[in-house]
Amino acid sequence: MSEMQFWTFLFLILTFGIYITIAWRSRVKETKEFYVASQGVPTIANGAAIAADWMSAASFIGMAGMIAFLGSDGSVYLMGWTGGYVLLAMLLAPYLRKWGKFTVPEFVGDRYDDKVRVVAAICAIIISFTYVVGQMTGGGVVFARFLGLSAEWAVLVAAVVIFFYAVLGGMKGITYTQVAQYVVMIIAYLIPAVAVSQQIGGFPLPQVTYGTILSELDALRVQFGLDEFTEAFVGRDGGQLDVFLVTLSLMLGTAGLPHVIIRFYTTKTVRGARYSAFWALLFISLLYLTAPAVGAFTKLNLLRSADGSTANDLPDWIGPWEEAGYVTLNSEGVIETVSNEVGSGADLIVSNDILVLASPEISGLPAPIIGLMAAGGMAAALSTAAGLMLVISSAVSHDIYFRMIAKEQASEKTQMRVGRLAMAAAVIVAIFAGLNPPAFVAQVVAFAFGLGASTFFPILILGIFWKKANATGAAAGMLTGLLVSGGYMIYTLELFGLQANDHIFGISPEGVGAIGALVNFVVTIVVSNFTRPPSDHVQEMVEEIRYPQARIPSSQ
Amino acid sequence: MSEVAHDSASQDPPGEDLSWRREYWKKNVRVLVVLLAVWASVSLGAGVLFIEQLNNIEILGFPLGLWFAQQGAIYTFVILILVYALWMDRIDDSFGVSERKGNGERS
Repeated sequence: MSEMQFWTFLFLILTFGIYITIAWRSRVKETKEFYVASQGVPTIANGAAIAADWMSAASFIGMAGMIAFLGSDGSVYLMGWTGGYVLLAMLLAPYLRKWGKFTVPEFVGDRYDDKVRVVAAICAIIISFTYVVGQMTGGGVVFARFLGLSAEWAVLVAAVVIFFYAVLGGMKGITYTQVAQYVVMIIAYLIPAVAVSQQIGGFPLPQVTYGTILSELDALRVQFGLDEFTEAFVGRDGGQLDVFLVTLSLMLGTAGLPHVIIRFYTTKTVRGARYSAFWALLFISLLYLTAPAVGAFTKLNLLRSADGSTANDLPDWIGPWEEAGYVTLNSEGVIETVSNEVGSGADLIVSNDILVLASPEISGLPAPIIGLMAAGGMAAALSTAAGLMLVISSAVSHDIYFRMIAKEQASEKTQMRVGRLAMAAAVIVAIFAGLNPPAFVAQVVAFAFGLGASTFFPILILGIFWKKANATGAAAGMLTGLLVSGGYMIYTLELFGLQANDHIFGISPEGVGAIGALVNFVVTIVVSNFTRPPSDHVQEMVEEIRYPQARIPSSQ
Repeated sequence: MSEVAHDSASQDPPGEDLSWRREYWKKNVRVLVVLLAVWASVSLGAGVLFIEQLNNIEILGFPLGLWFAQQGAIYTFVILILVYALWMDRIDDSFGVSERKGNGERS
């Protein structure tokens, strides 16, 4: 076993041990604990948990690589995945917390009707499932490279750990484990970034120093046949329109993802929900502000070492990644072109997914830091996967079983048993998905956002801000939104064995969510206007969720 | 927020005079409009629509448009949510609907 493998094993076992201990200590017996941690999570802890839940394998492992490859246009992920929190904090979180139940389909069901609840539960399952697949692949990258284990093993080990603490602790176990996972993840991400910033930029703040290397990076990129890092609208084929739509889709999608929304149900108060959103974005921004710097520095290091080199005198860290299948060399002579696309035929091809994980090696940091990086990558994948499993399990057990099949007659004990069974089923399905992983981690996840933006976001917003929105309108809106986005994704991608067609007006499938959302808004409003307005009872409910609490005269 | 009169309304038991609700909601929506306007202009505005023009200005090596897209927008988002939470605290207080524990501290 190499020194690096030793440290990787050590950190993985250590962190897994911590997660399982926390889960055991916070095991639960009641559905209120299982689904919303008894609404007793302190604000800062909730913020850290949301941040860990949010920052997936795609954020941790894939994003800096995507930015290094796409350059300026990679900013869509940075703005999209943080900007959505502003919408969430102001337009959804406080009101949904005031209403105060367990799941997103449950709100939709109470606000509209049971048919819409079922559509919402199914959408929640599809979205979360798409997203879980990305996490499983992310865990696979870590295991394959650092431990020399196959991706199959990675998926199985990750699934067993998640299974243990999610089934045992539900939301409570997941929340407190995620706080620990956030700490592991952010330390692992920041140490190599700060070190490389000091090395190359001469100052330990990567967010500031990467500006100073941009002109050298641009020059090297052009030399190796790539576009300039700083030039806008060259990374994506659709240009400005596509960049605009993708950014907007990711923002709306972020605010429409059920596994993020439910986290605001766990705070003590409405005020707590607002501040949780602030802490969450603050914690998230630590990683997101660093990601473009990591991408730029790592790319610079990579291109510097390829500059004038032949295949034989590339640095040592390349070898093991080549064996793991993430780096390809197509030339014996001097390297003249570098790419990240397998089919590009460039002399040196480096997968986006390894740039962050390889960053400690590329900047020559010692073995313990590399091991910590691996633990961070696993923490990112595990924390997000666990949150998603909870959504899948609650949609099945609470929204479909308890509300629809058992007609709210089941005992606490039966509900808990069904909840745990559904969680177990979700883990097993995720294992199958993880064993048959699709393309780039970050891209797979992006499609979940398109669906979130075009189904949930509009009807949640209208449900709170427009009393006249009714069930028929919401059902029609969600279905047309789903058809537009889903249809366009199937049209432009090779899915289900269908042929991929050209993008219309250069709009990529990731950007169609914003259009789906617009269609959903319009359809819901038009249909609601032509059908009967919701009952007084529902309109009173909408009225109630708009205010933190009943007015108390004595507090004046 | 001092223009809100509490004297007459606060004598009523909660749930009877609901006119404060419309006022509260109007203020809430106004906060949202102002903050979301900033939200859109730093991200979709400076980071996408006007990025090329702003890129002609350079600060510490960063073309300004790129800086907004990769750094500035995110800093602004964090501040926006903090401003929102603090602003809503003030509105809640002035309407007497802030959530407090038994001892009157904010919960």
